[in-house]
Amino acid sequence: MKQSSFRMFPMPFHSMLLFVIWLLLNNSLSAGHLLLATILAIIIPWAVSSMTTERPRIKKPMLAISYVFLVLKDIISANFSVALLVVGPLKKLSPGFVAVPLDIETELGITLLASTVSLTPGTVSAEISADQKWLYVHALHLENPEELIEEVKSRYEAPLKEIFGC
Amino acid sequence: MLDIAIQIVGLILCASLILTLYRLLVGPKLPDRILALDTMFIHGIALILLYGIAIENAIYFEAALLIAMLGFVSTSALCKYLLRGDIIE
Amino acid sequence: MNFYVEAIASAILVFGGVFLLVGSIGLARLPDVYMRLHAPTKATTLGIAGVLIASCIIQSYRQESLSISELLITLFLIITAPIAANMIAKAALHHEIDPIERTKGQELIATAKERTSPPAPEAEEGKEA
Repeated sequence: MKQSSFRMFPMPFHSMLLFVIWLLLNNSLSAGHLLLATILAIIIPWAVSSMTTERPRIKKPMLAISYVFLVLKDIISANFSVALLVVGPLKKLSPGFVAVPLDIETELGITLLASTVSLTPGTVSAEISADQKWLYVHALHLENPEELIEEVKSRYEAPLKEIFGC
Repeated sequence: MLDIAIQIVGLILCASLILTLYRLLVGPKLPDRILALDTMFIHGIALILLYGIAIENAIYFEAALLIAMLGFVSTSALCKYLLRGDIIE
Repeated sequence: MNFYVEAIASAILVFGGVFLLVGSIGLARLPDVYMRLHAPTKATTLGIAGVLIASCIIQSYRQESLSISELLITLFLIITAPIAANMIAKAALHHEIDPIERTKGQELIATAKERTSPPAPEAEEGKEA
């Protein structure tokens, strides 16, 4: 258990995140705020560390960063394609539901995959089966279901699997 | 030039809010209305930031952050209510 | 204010505004609730990001120091928008709202609502529990 072994930073990543967010919220780098951010970054993880559940670790940080940029690029291209579909003629749109089989097993991985699918071209994740093996996706303009499943699996799921090493 | 841009974006946001209001009033089902409300929250954030730019004051950032958080929480609470008929389980 | 800074900020601001409008047009125009989900979740996220980045640039320039706290809102919205969309889709599935008739794969709606594996054709990949 965590209580038995005393640690200065039980959650180093969260401490860093708290530190940065406190400075961003106050939008300043003055000594007082730096001190306060340090205190908060130490105290809050102490208070909450016993409540956390085990999380998968990021095995490949470089790949994670390139994944973030891939998603950001796709968000922008998604917006242009969706904007064209929305403003264009609606009769041509053929929406559809697709079930994507999932290979990722961790909850964080599935959450990230579902969020990515929602933010990227023409797809919104609608539901996950209770055994966490299927992701139901609604597509705004579905031409070929197999192609869409293949794209989701190779473009987003494969890097996520590699990042979390599962 | 920035003044003109602010006026244009203000007009665009008003038109956009009217379209959202149309969806909020017409429905036809509850999820449509929740979606319209969620979109309205985002427009609210945009309008507040625009006002902050127009009057040259950065103090409205906190208000925008609060609206973003409240918007998400209220959307999820409403959806939870539709899903389970109960908000706190 | 510097001409170039003003021009860039104005362009990003108008860009964001146009995308917010596209999101609302989609919300008003598209025929069923599942299709309507697409427009606000995607277009408004980019639209608000545009407005926030413009605000960032202008406030940084005015205060003569970097002001990137607006990025927090952008980050927050990028994280929460798909979750909100997912919950609305769940609610719509739960209330058995019918999609428009030309929707493909309608047989998946029943299994999606029950949160079980999809029916036979896709299940042959050896994935069923």
